[in-house]
Amino acid sequence: MNLFADGLAWIFDPAHYGGQDGLDTRSLQHIGISLLVLAISSVIAIPLGYAIGHTGRGRAAVIAISGGVRALPTLGLLVVIGLIVGIGLTAPVIALVVLAVPSILAGAYSGFESVDRRTIDAARAVGMTEWQILFKVEVPLGLPLLIGGLRSASLQVIATATLADYVGAGGLGHFIFLGLKTNDYSQMLAGSVFVVLLALLSELIFGLLQRLVVPAGVTAGKSSHVRRRPVRSQAASG
Amino acid sequence: MNWIVNNTDQIGQLLVAHLGLAFLPVILSFVISIPIGWLANRFRLSRGVILTICGLLYAIPSLPLLIVLPIFTGQGIRTSTNLIVGLTIYGIALMVRSTADGLASVDPDIKQSATAMGYSGTSQFWRVELPLAGPVLLAGIRVVSVSTVSLTTVGAVLGIQSLGLLFTDGLQRGIQAEVWTGIVLTIVVALVFDLVIVQIGRLLMPWTRVTKASRRVRKTIATEEVTA
Repeated sequence: MNLFADGLAWIFDPAHYGGQDGLDTRSLQHIGISLLVLAISSVIAIPLGYAIGHTGRGRAAVIAISGGVRALPTLGLLVVIGLIVGIGLTAPVIALVVLAVPSILAGAYSGFESVDRRTIDAARAVGMTEWQILFKVEVPLGLPLLIGGLRSASLQVIATATLADYVGAGGLGHFIFLGLKTNDYSQMLAGSVFVVLLALLSELIFGLLQRLVVPAGVTAGKSSHVRRRPVRSQAASG
Repeated sequence: MNWIVNNTDQIGQLLVAHLGLAFLPVILSFVISIPIGWLANRFRLSRGVILTICGLLYAIPSLPLLIVLPIFTGQGIRTSTNLIVGLTIYGIALMVRSTADGLASVDPDIKQSATAMGYSGTSQFWRVELPLAGPVLLAGIRVVSVSTVSLTTVGAVLGIQSLGLLFTDGLQRGIQAEVWTGIVLTIVVALVFDLVIVQIGRLLMPWTRVTKASRRVRKTIATEEVTA
């Protein structure tokens, strides 16, 4: 456990705070990059996901994309974009957006998908317009799953933003790569611990948010709560 | 293209190394997840606790995990064992949920019938519940396999031999063809793994070829694929 103690000592050394290479500065940079990416991806993915969920067109494409992106090696994507657009912030932001969009898209789409068709028919029957159905029924009911999508996107972005420093974009990965180069395990460990804490923090915040956004009076927020089969099988009920 | 022709030997070596690294975690996580998934499905309390732990494990970013792991395992950062252990942890974190969901998707009526026919607890699990959970397990292990193959490349940052080395080397030397080769090959390996797993699934579960599989199971698989 000596390695761990050394790492903790590194984290609590006041000399490693403040200035351009402080743990605090790098953490803020890391959070900044992640939030920027989440914002850009949301602007792209949420309207698209809603359009797919509302019309029911292009579902197969969403499933194929969200599955396909998983096979894409993030490091490779980062490097190739880095080589194309050059070292700096642009490459990781593009790469991270590519990674974040499918999760958010899947969240937005499956949020709409989880809404019981009977609820929508009922909304239409009481005279709601399509826009009212969209914003007063589908959006609120689909919100928990959308937040779920944002949650996994955020996790992936925070994780991959660690690699961003590999193409010179800064963030907490800086300590890991510097530590690897100089064989300074304490420094690597300090950077790693901070990234892990950020990831867990993001999980916590989005997890709470996911619970908070369930509209009052609705318990069926998660897809697992959607009724999967009739109470009795068809044959028995006649 | 020239680069590929001139470096086929090296590419071949890295490809083999990559296969070796990615193969074991997929198998290990499948096997280890069965007892844990069973436990998660068995009791209400254990389900919450286990699935939360798995969620948290999966939340740990890969590179930091590989750096923190040696504290617990005593293995060097740059060893294959370190990478294999790390990838197995991710695999388990994903697979336990699928196993628990799969077991939960087995119709309670079927379990009652099995009990009525005289199956004991253990043989009911192995001969009724696990096979019926099969399609969900299959969906889960496909996700694990794809993400394992792609995550293996991260080890290259630490200097572990895999297709990821084409990324780190390609960046240093500024050869785009090298990086593209790595990306394409990684995806191809993921696809091949996927095909093999699907074939194994077909052989082990001949009944799923008749597409009258219970709707309930199919729906679980569909949500699994979107939300995993």
